[in-house]
Amino acid sequence: MTEPIPTGTAASLQEHTASGRTTTAATVDSALARARDVNAGREGLNIFVALDDSYLQDHATVSATQLTDTEPGLLLGVPVAIKDNIATLHHPTTCGSLILGGYVSPYEATVVRRLREAGAVPFGKTNMDEFAMGSSTENSAYGPTRNPPAPDRVPGGSSGGSAAAVAAGIVPIALGSETGGSVRQPAAFCGIVGVKPTYGRVSRFGLVAFASSLDQVGVFGATVDDAARGLRTIAGHDPLDSTSALLDVPDYHLAHRRSVKGMVIGRPKEYFPESLDPRMRARLDVALEHLRELGAEIRDVSLPHTGLAIPVYYIVAPAEASSNLARFDGVRYGLRIGGDGLKGMYEATRSKGFGPEVTRRIMLGTYVLSAGYYDAYYRKAQRVRTLIADDFSRVFASGVDVLFTPTTPTPAFPIGAISDPYEMYMSDIFTATANLAGVPAMSQPIGRVGGLPVGGQLLAAHFQEEKMFSVAYALERALGVGASS
Amino acid sequence: MAVTIDDVRHIAALARLGLTDERADLLMTEMNTILGHMAVLSKVDTKGVQEAIGVGAQGLPVRDDGGAPIPLARSLDAFAPALRDGFFIVPRLSTHESAEEE
Repeated sequence: MTEPIPTGTAASLQEHTASGRTTTAATVDSALARARDVNAGREGLNIFVALDDSYLQDHATVSATQLTDTEPGLLLGVPVAIKDNIATLHHPTTCGSLILGGYVSPYEATVVRRLREAGAVPFGKTNMDEFAMGSSTENSAYGPTRNPPAPDRVPGGSSGGSAAAVAAGIVPIALGSETGGSVRQPAAFCGIVGVKPTYGRVSRFGLVAFASSLDQVGVFGATVDDAARGLRTIAGHDPLDSTSALLDVPDYHLAHRRSVKGMVIGRPKEYFPESLDPRMRARLDVALEHLRELGAEIRDVSLPHTGLAIPVYYIVAPAEASSNLARFDGVRYGLRIGGDGLKGMYEATRSKGFGPEVTRRIMLGTYVLSAGYYDAYYRKAQRVRTLIADDFSRVFASGVDVLFTPTTPTPAFPIGAISDPYEMYMSDIFTATANLAGVPAMSQPIGRVGGLPVGGQLLAAHFQEEKMFSVAYALERALGVGASS
Repeated sequence: MAVTIDDVRHIAALARLGLTDERADLLMTEMNTILGHMAVLSKVDTKGVQEAIGVGAQGLPVRDDGGAPIPLARSLDAFAPALRDGFFIVPRLSTHESAEEE
């Protein structure tokens, strides 16, 4: 006899599946039932853009080999939701865009293959800001996703559907993607854990490109351990991605064994401005006090170029996007709308296929790369980006193990509340720096402000995710699992 | 360096985006507002600073310039808007307007 475990942690699901106390099929049934219970469909939270119940029920099996292995897969029997810009073979991959409406990829992302090989079940495709451009999941062709703890508010973005799938208790783990904070910001808004690995730590083969010098696949978890197991599973070199690093991957889920005693936690003053909500500051102070009591040294540090991150990011990312998105022209796949000759077809397809935010960023990116403006904008931004990265290098070289900051300046805002593009861009003010510097970062729940979840952010030096997880495990033990729930 | 409506039209043509007059006007306003926030960068002293060329400690390792094509799980006609004999079909170029369409 088996028992369904609708909201189990990844570790408990794996253990119960391996021991035969439950089956993958029973777990998938429970997750589908949970999705119905929380009204995850289009008229409700609008979490999924594709969720094929019958396919999942028919294919929710693990091989006999996986069950009899002396070491069962780290995610055996665990359903994992996938952001809609990560290629899967069964469900469509639309990037939340009309231009890829109904497109089913002819190949599978390496991260999805690794999930399956570890025994996980890729569980539907989640809603997102179109082509990952946004901070609220309001820019989707399929309508906005709602924040499970506060349905009148945004879940953050661009990976809002994945964050909501975890926050609603449908799956313990989901994949998202990060370009400027698209995992950490929604994790903070939804009261869960979100990790952006070091640039190069995770293969991007099968991740639809937005800004190639910034993009990384990221992981959401209901707990720190869920996120650690998810990252351990998908990380590592991939010959199909020339930017993936040739480095061994530590067992992040064992990072809880390392004490934070003696570790140096940096508190960068630029992330704690006078204007920061005092209630947010209080939550951060409580977290830092816990770390101090556990034996960590809290050290005030400075990252002086932090305030330039948003202008730099919103030059570099649109510039790269304008190039990457040139491929969506109606020729080889996706939407095609006829026009006057070849040029007319290009223009009609792209104008009808892209939404307003994507169009705006393509225009900005094309402008800053165009003759006469390249030096003033793009080249300048890339130089200032070096200064931002040098800030991190200097601080970590001085002996700081991990930095601790707020993830966002505010909790989740109401749906429709922000219409000014630049005001929306400022949502990334504390997160974009990590992408520009390529360092790993994560958000974890630290409590509530005004009844809404808020997150604390941990950042480490390149490929030092393990240190970040050690601190996160310790903080979670001190604050309680789901401190914002 | 204010963005003009002619700039918007020129950039849209480069980006292969068709814009209505109303949309072009709105984009001109939005681009000027957003780029106005970028002006702060011009005041930063970057003399002698290298442009960022890689963000990871590993840099960008170069792989072998070769290898087999990635095998596809389904054929081109499963996703191509128009295909004939294994080739993607597109409308004729405007320089060949006198030729028969497709």
